[in-house]
Amino acid sequence: MSVLDPNNGIAFRRPIRSVRWFGERVSHRLDMRTLSVCLVLLAVAVAIALVTLASGEYQVPLPDVVRALLGQAEGRIHMVVVEWRLPRTALALILGGALGMGGAIFQSLTRNPLGSPDIIGFDAGAYTGALVVIILMGGSYYAIAGGALIGGLVTALLVYALAYSRGVQGFRLIIVGIGVSAMLTSLNTWMLLRAKLEVAMAAAIWGAGTLNGLGLDRLGPAALILAVLVPLALLMSRPMAQLELGDDAARALGVNAERTRLGLLVLGVALTATVTATAGPIGFVALAAPQLARRITGTAGVSMVPSAAMGALLLAGADYLAQRAFAPTQLPVGIVTVSLGGVYFVWLLLREARRQ
Amino acid sequence: MNRHDPALAAAEPRLFAEGATIGYDNRVISSDLSVAIPDRSFTVIVGANACGKSTLLRALSRLIKPSRGRVVLDGQAISGFPAKEVARRLGLLPQTSIAPEGITVADLIARGRYPHQKLLQQWSREDEAAVIAAMEATKVTALSHRLVDELSGGQRQRVWVAMVLAQETPLLLLDEPTTFLDITHQIELLELLEDLNKRNGQTIVAVLHDLNHACRYASHIIAMRDGAVIAEGAPREIVTAELVEAVFGLPCIIIDDPIAHTPLVIPRGSAPAART
Amino acid sequence: MSTAVATSRDLARQEEKRPGVAQSNATRFGWLLVAIAVLVMVLIASVAIGSKDIAVGTVFDALFAYNDSDDHAIIQALRVPRTLMGLVVGAALGMSGALIQALTRNPLADPGILGVNAGAAFFVVLAVGLFGITTVQGYVWFAFLGAIVTTVVVYGVGSAGRAGATPVRLTLAGVAIGAVLSGISSGITLLNPAIFDRMRQWGAGSLVAPGYETLWAVLPFIAVGLVIAMLVARPLNAVALGDDLAAALGANMGRTRTLVVIATTLLAGASTAAAGPIGFVGLMVPHVARWIVGPDQRWIFLFTLVLAPVLLLSSDIVGRLVMRPGELQVGIVTAFVGAPVLIALARRRKVSGL
Repeated sequence: MSVLDPNNGIAFRRPIRSVRWFGERVSHRLDMRTLSVCLVLLAVAVAIALVTLASGEYQVPLPDVVRALLGQAEGRIHMVVVEWRLPRTALALILGGALGMGGAIFQSLTRNPLGSPDIIGFDAGAYTGALVVIILMGGSYYAIAGGALIGGLVTALLVYALAYSRGVQGFRLIIVGIGVSAMLTSLNTWMLLRAKLEVAMAAAIWGAGTLNGLGLDRLGPAALILAVLVPLALLMSRPMAQLELGDDAARALGVNAERTRLGLLVLGVALTATVTATAGPIGFVALAAPQLARRITGTAGVSMVPSAAMGALLLAGADYLAQRAFAPTQLPVGIVTVSLGGVYFVWLLLREARRQ
Repeated sequence: MNRHDPALAAAEPRLFAEGATIGYDNRVISSDLSVAIPDRSFTVIVGANACGKSTLLRALSRLIKPSRGRVVLDGQAISGFPAKEVARRLGLLPQTSIAPEGITVADLIARGRYPHQKLLQQWSREDEAAVIAAMEATKVTALSHRLVDELSGGQRQRVWVAMVLAQETPLLLLDEPTTFLDITHQIELLELLEDLNKRNGQTIVAVLHDLNHACRYASHIIAMRDGAVIAEGAPREIVTAELVEAVFGLPCIIIDDPIAHTPLVIPRGSAPAART
Repeated sequence: MSTAVATSRDLARQEEKRPGVAQSNATRFGWLLVAIAVLVMVLIASVAIGSKDIAVGTVFDALFAYNDSDDHAIIQALRVPRTLMGLVVGAALGMSGALIQALTRNPLADPGILGVNAGAAFFVVLAVGLFGITTVQGYVWFAFLGAIVTTVVVYGVGSAGRAGATPVRLTLAGVAIGAVLSGISSGITLLNPAIFDRMRQWGAGSLVAPGYETLWAVLPFIAVGLVIAMLVARPLNAVALGDDLAAALGANMGRTRTLVVIATTLLAGASTAAAGPIGFVGLMVPHVARWIVGPDQRWIFLFTLVLAPVLLLSSDIVGRLVMRPGELQVGIVTAFVGAPVLIALARRRKVSGL
């Protein structure tokens, strides 16, 4: 039934296996290197997560952590690992994956390694929505999440609508996105300025992106939403790759370019929105994960699954540092991602320069 | 597949435009254009720059929708088909395509199999065979593992042609495929297209800017000017000095190509007395 | 992180090559005169309008026939310094934007991508945190130093290797280092309420400073920056054609690049030091100028020099009007004044199908 034929006849330059099952009714071209990279990245991410679960004010030995995860630990350890720490760490993994995947979508769509949801003003709008709730309404967590979502989506729609004139041309979309983002950023600055100091600081901490204090009730909704979004995104990964050949070539191969682009845009925004609503706008992961993943797998262009795996690893690592680096002070995880992300990019630039 | 049966050659055209008005934004390039692509022909569309030949090709391949009239494929309006179905019948090599950075030749050619693939069937034996056959036809098998970025212009164009060949379509449209190639590669490509047409029976439609190439390789020429078809037919029948002057504004004489026995255009140029 | 950096390079290049609304030098000159007239009107308005409106006649009297009345005091002590600051800072911001857009061949770049704002902010955070400085004048030198040091580092990282400081590398280096600095700055401010409070004031940007002290401090640097900019305008036309063609035309790429970076640092650094981080002016004005006069950098620079202060001062005036008797900081208003104009222009222009 299952036959893994070694690929004969085509030199792909990469270790490719043709996988054919059920008498050819299911077939796939499996890139072994990408597969192993993804598995390794996930393994490392999980390892970091385990270490995070084990460490803290109350140290739990690793074997006990594993036992607690399997539901075999007693009272205190179970409480610390599963009830206190697990939700946050699990969130770091899945939100990191969502960011990586969303980043890959935007970078593929814009054909630019610096493509991000910023171009449609989403981040600025989400912050505005959250600030309105925090400062003007003193709202709860769900209200803030809702505000961020509404703010971000309304902004994205507004930008799209303003840029629409017999179709959306790429350049006009970018200009309108920049204009709207600038206005909203100014609005945010003003709101932060007018609010009381403690309120403003709390809002700014949200604005930096933080996983502090997120428990099981935050993990649930996020996991559910991502469980729907991720398969949808994966379904579109092949048309997305075809779009990279240019609109004409993609359409000649049977891809509905406009619809595919819109669908990908919506999914990319939705993935980012889920993260922002849950933990605030966490920077740099969506930018760096796809590029890092691409360099390790050596593929052409960005791909969703390796980017997600890398994103999970990055955020898990950043969250560990955010919690432990300056203990007992907890940093917002967004600060760690931005700072370390910048350092990574600098290192990358210097290394590329040296190689020339 | 024997394509020399005259009865087959007179078959109904599979692809034609009917009263089509086509253009971009508010600019009309051709109005009320009706032109058919003879089945199993090697058709070449010629004309001066901006005469509407690329626009016609793009309309025939469904990249542009006519504001009036329609383009018909296999008896049905082409816009009525699902996109993948069109892609299984009609292949297009556009003027500008982007090769993703770092993609290998084999990978790029394999992308051409997309219209035949489904969610669960992403790499069937037919896909593999088609890619191998396409690589052999375009003689890029030895380059299979190389990065497209590293190739020369001629090699890269052959790889793009291979990608469209891997699509295995009965109709093959090419928009100025020889523009950036040197003369050797131009001839190589044209001979490949001629071979595909004769051996596989594929209908080829190409926009070429070199009239002599068109005369030598095409079985059917469509000459355009200002968005309208001025003449169409076999090269030997329609290519005359008058036609060339009408289409290109070029005074010339026509002689018989000593090798292919097709029309050969010799421009008159400036008076001989001026050059000494 | 600068949004501008997310532009697709192909789209940007295509935009760059379009001819402007004004096609001949005569038309351009005409438009320039119009722009200058507008600038003069805005200058006068800036002195006349505020929490207390003063008649234009009185304005002239205050300038040329000063007597010790209240109105004249307001004008001389507050309005004129502020207006001059707006003029100088506006010109500097606009010009630095024009320079960076020409150098990176990205019409949506803004001076912040070289890390100027992040560097200035970081050093101001240090000033407040480590040295307990609380006055605006105190920040000025820290901000300036921060801007310069950061740009030097960005240029150093961006120009490492044989390829040198290509637009892409400079942009990436600026984004990267800007991110590191803003991350660390945020880390410090979010843990310290006093610093947070000061930084959110500084971050809004303001043209108000007591007397002429700040203005005199930054004016020399801005002047030098403007001179270098005008000198480098013509080579930048060649740069727009691409490195190879530019070299063939005799433009010394390395020297031009260095001069541009120096000029941008001086201009953007000095204006951020004097007025806090004011965004959007450097981004929008050169772009709009290009739409009016086409791709010749010399004309773009001239128009930017005139139009940027118009934008900045108009924003300042609006800030004074909107919340009388209080005021809205200029850094907050510029986007609200400029963005609608930018968007309206973007919608009106025929952008060919891509």
